[in-house]
Amino acid sequence: MFRTHYDLPLQRDVTGRFLPWIIALMVYLAILALAGSMVLSGMAQRWDRGLAGTLTIQVPPLPDGQPSLDARVESALGVLRATPGISRAEPLKSEQMAGLLEPWLGDGALSAGLPVPALIDVTMSGGRIDVRGLAQRLKAAVPGAEVDDHAAWLKDVLTIARAVETVALGVVALVGGAAVATVIFVSRAGLAIHGAVVELLHVMGAPDRYVARQFQSHVLGLAVRGGIAGTVLAAATLFGLTRASGEFSAGLMPDMSLTPLQFLSLAGVPLIAALLAAVTARLTVMRALARLP
Amino acid sequence: MIRFENVGMRYGTGPEVLRDVSFTLEPGTFHFLTGASGAGKSSLLRLMYLAHRPSRGLITMFGHDVASLKRAELPPLRRRIGVVFQDFQLLDHLSALDNVALPLRVAGAKEGQVREHVAELLSWVGLGDHLNDKPATLSGGQQQRVAIARAVITRPSLLLADEPTGNVDDRIGMRLLHLFEELNKLGTTIVIATHNEMMIERFGYARMVLDKGMLQHLPRNATATRIA
Ligand SMILES: Nc1ncnc2c1ncn2[C@@H]1O[C@H](COP(=O)(O)OP(=O)(O)O)[C@@H](O)[C@H]1O
Ligand SMILES: [Mg+2]
Repeated sequence: MFRTHYDLPLQRDVTGRFLPWIIALMVYLAILALAGSMVLSGMAQRWDRGLAGTLTIQVPPLPDGQPSLDARVESALGVLRATPGISRAEPLKSEQMAGLLEPWLGDGALSAGLPVPALIDVTMSGGRIDVRGLAQRLKAAVPGAEVDDHAAWLKDVLTIARAVETVALGVVALVGGAAVATVIFVSRAGLAIHGAVVELLHVMGAPDRYVARQFQSHVLGLAVRGGIAGTVLAAATLFGLTRASGEFSAGLMPDMSLTPLQFLSLAGVPLIAALLAAVTARLTVMRALARLP
Repeated sequence: MIRFENVGMRYGTGPEVLRDVSFTLEPGTFHFLTGASGAGKSSLLRLMYLAHRPSRGLITMFGHDVASLKRAELPPLRRRIGVVFQDFQLLDHLSALDNVALPLRVAGAKEGQVREHVAELLSWVGLGDHLNDKPATLSGGQQQRVAIARAVITRPSLLLADEPTGNVDDRIGMRLLHLFEELNKLGTTIVIATHNEMMIERFGYARMVLDKGMLQHLPRNATATRIA
């Protein structure tokens, strides 16, 4: 494709000069948007899988310590065991609590005697249970106990993920539209600038597709250059982000890495962009030529 | 093979520059096309190389009624026609070799054969040492030979030349005409628009005379009379 003989000196046209930049921007944004939505939906999926069918019960200690936190946890467990549809209810061990709290409060938060609530991990045996009724019964037995079913939170996370995805796709569509418009402009301008040569080629018996191929190869060359630049920049950005998130959020954030298959589909973005540009150039030229007498 | 019947032509909405032009060119014949500047010679050639549609009348090229041809059907016909333009129309960003190769590439010839074939023809017209030169570095006469080589490289059935001896001295002009004669002997129909009376007398081929858009057809060795 790069060995096409350029009968039309399209490389000299200044109109094509911005095309690689626009394609680079489009590819850059598209890769980031795609990677972002992959990470988000991966996260949402993992949360969904991990959390659906679980509850967390929070039992705060009373100010005067009577009854003791352990006793309150025991009564909460009693209520939970009496509730049908719950397969497992287990208080978090103090080492687990320490692990959870450590990033915020530092080592030894528990032993320092801070009034930390106890957490009970509850697994439901499937099907829906009446979370509100359970919360009421728990509150009656253990004043101050709270039920967190994660569902509301998970819904929020998914909504945000969808919104981010939509905005990202919108931006990619906008930039893609700009790239298509630029290709159309470059092609039309090229036809106008080189009208005499195009006529000469026709007089020599060149079919429209021969002329179109010249534009197509030219635009493809520009788009490939832009696509490579955009891909390199996006790869650098992703690498930087992954490293940064890896450094400060160890353990806190679910892991942000992508699978090899996902990386492969990101590499498809510049290919699609180049294809889009080349096809647009071809169609533009073919349509313009078809209107000639 | 080529037949014009009452053909008229105009540019856009302008006046008719050709009126009631009728003639027939048999395959393998050689014709001069003469007439004063502005008489319509270039316009008549444009009709013949299918760059322009007539405003009226019937044109038959290689057995096809031109008016009934679709756009997509024109390229194969055009490839049977070689044209030497008055201003050469060489592509200045391409070498002499690539300029001459153009009609072959347009026709989809294999790249392996193109170079060899083109280099051979350019050597034959005396440009063997200028294969990779750009037109701008060639003299007027050399450019003209590149233009002619480009017109004949595909061995067209019809060769149209618009004042091909205009910018060269008589000696080179004669050589070019001998080149056209060689081509004619191989079966190509030839139409040469020219002012050069000496050349016309000397070669004595049939001539078509245009005067203010009207055509008079004179057989071989006839003398031109003015059309009233
Ligand atoms: N592209 C054009 N647009 C409008 N008028 C033209 C064009 N080309 C030629 N003409 C007119 O057509 C007439 C014939 O011109 P042309 O065919 O070039 O004659 P010749 O080649 O015999 O000198 C002239 O009056 C000229 O002004
Ligand atoms: Mg002329």
